[in-house]
Amino acid sequence: MAWEDRYEMVCGVETHVELATKTKIFCGCSTEFGGEQNTHVCPVCLGMPGVLPVLNREVVHLAIKAGLALNCEIAAFSKFDRKNYYYPDLPKNYQTSQYDLPICGKGWVTIETEGGTKEIGITRAHMEEDAGKLVHSGETIMSSDESYVDYNRTGVPLLEIVSEPDMRSIPEVLAYLEQLVQILQYTEVSDCRLEQGSVRFDVNLSLRRQGAAGFGIRTETKNLNSFSSVRRCLEYETERQAQVLDDGGQVRQETRTWDEGKGITLALRTKEEAHDYRYFPEPDLVPLVIERAWVDKIRSTLPELPAQRLSRYRELGLSDYDAGVLVAAKPLADFFDRALAHFPQAKVLVNWVTGDFLRLLNANQHSIADSRISPEQFAELMGLIDQGVISGKIGKNVLEEMYLTGKDPSLIVKEKNLAQISDEGTLLGIVEEVLAANPRSVEDFRAGKEKAIGFLVGQVMKATKGQGNPGLVNRLLREKMT
Amino acid sequence: MKISRPDVEHVAMLARLELTEPEIEMFTEQLNSILEYAALLEQLNTDGVSPTAHVLPLHNVLREDVTQPSLEQERALMNAPDAENGFFRVPRIV
Repeated sequence: MAWEDRYEMVCGVETHVELATKTKIFCGCSTEFGGEQNTHVCPVCLGMPGVLPVLNREVVHLAIKAGLALNCEIAAFSKFDRKNYYYPDLPKNYQTSQYDLPICGKGWVTIETEGGTKEIGITRAHMEEDAGKLVHSGETIMSSDESYVDYNRTGVPLLEIVSEPDMRSIPEVLAYLEQLVQILQYTEVSDCRLEQGSVRFDVNLSLRRQGAAGFGIRTETKNLNSFSSVRRCLEYETERQAQVLDDGGQVRQETRTWDEGKGITLALRTKEEAHDYRYFPEPDLVPLVIERAWVDKIRSTLPELPAQRLSRYRELGLSDYDAGVLVAAKPLADFFDRALAHFPQAKVLVNWVTGDFLRLLNANQHSIADSRISPEQFAELMGLIDQGVISGKIGKNVLEEMYLTGKDPSLIVKEKNLAQISDEGTLLGIVEEVLAANPRSVEDFRAGKEKAIGFLVGQVMKATKGQGNPGLVNRLLREKMT
Repeated sequence: MKISRPDVEHVAMLARLELTEPEIEMFTEQLNSILEYAALLEQLNTDGVSPTAHVLPLHNVLREDVTQPSLEQERALMNAPDAENGFFRVPRIV
């Protein structure tokens, strides 16, 4: 019997997202990914004695922007605090973070699942610095005699976004994460490169009896770095907690870690947990006073957000599926919008963009940024098909040629002499030849077999190398046979 | 608030300090007298005084998002007690 029959899950997520700045939060070292170890470091981010941090203006700007996009209250007064713990990925022995006065307060995100739309509350979002990267000499941290530390990541700015425990199913959690990542990408607060670890999730989960009002005891599983890890972790952890409860036991409130290889969560030993962080105000940084004018100015730069874009696409008549495909990939949706400005038939356009074009990109393992086709050229191709200059079938070949060469579609049509034959005189001659060569089909058609016309159209198209205007060919054939 | 021996042991553990028995005694006493002294502040009337976030009358000290040169790897590692292949090397963590 599935656990859902007896229990309801309650889940909240803490999301750490790397902000898209050029430099670190408190020093001018580069945030670029993939540099040689310990080459993006300076006395400030290495925690040398006597150094002073200076806050990066862009970090505050992006944090406010994210907060606005997540419908958060933006604090008028905010400060940093020290979170103290000993771990070698943190050269200062404390992380500069925000405790009681975060930059963003309560907000919400709207998600859509099969169950309908729902608001997921945001508790808060605060700025902090990332820690360094540890490489262990043994297979695991427990079996290692020593560890190697790269401080390039130390001081990279993060926004930690804390959700309310509002999610009640795994699809809701995934919808929230997808929506959150889309919003952060649309606002360009973060590039959200999950494969580079620029977004990490901590998942809080508890179960309660169906119909119960209070919350059960929760566990927190830390450092999940992909949607599929979150899904698998929740599948495992819900089953595990249900088993504990079914056996009459109590879930232990603890921090757990996800073992990607084994597909299980494991309790961290209590010694590794340092919940006693002894937060206190950071004396090396003065507070932030955030004027309304600054917030309003940032608000005015907010782009169309994914939910708005989705409803605009639906109003254009796109299917939920097509609209979803576009919105999920902002560069593709941007491409679509730019092409749409020149060729305003949304439904025709979306079929080509999410169909043949996406197929070409995928087949070549290209992203849209690699494509040599501009949205304007794409719109021009659509126009050529729409005006009957070329058929849709020829259009597919032209698209492939454009993809390879980057040439304008009209040039390709001209160079390869692909234009559709719409001249009645030219087509009439071919139609008569085909009729003369196929008396059986003509007889069938006259006897009422409508299907026979398809064969005859095919023969004319073959004779014109696919360039005959199909509508015109059809009409001429009918006229000649009746 | 009174600081007890277990408090001192706990704080010492968090700070990775190994204290001897006489030291635990001594620090328990000293920390208590420090707190007693600081408790004088509780005699002040702070009605209508907002909490202090910082002692300096400054706010919004910000820098622009412009890259500055970092240290060369060799220099970054110069003070490291132990290093290898450009990494800081640290003893077993847990």
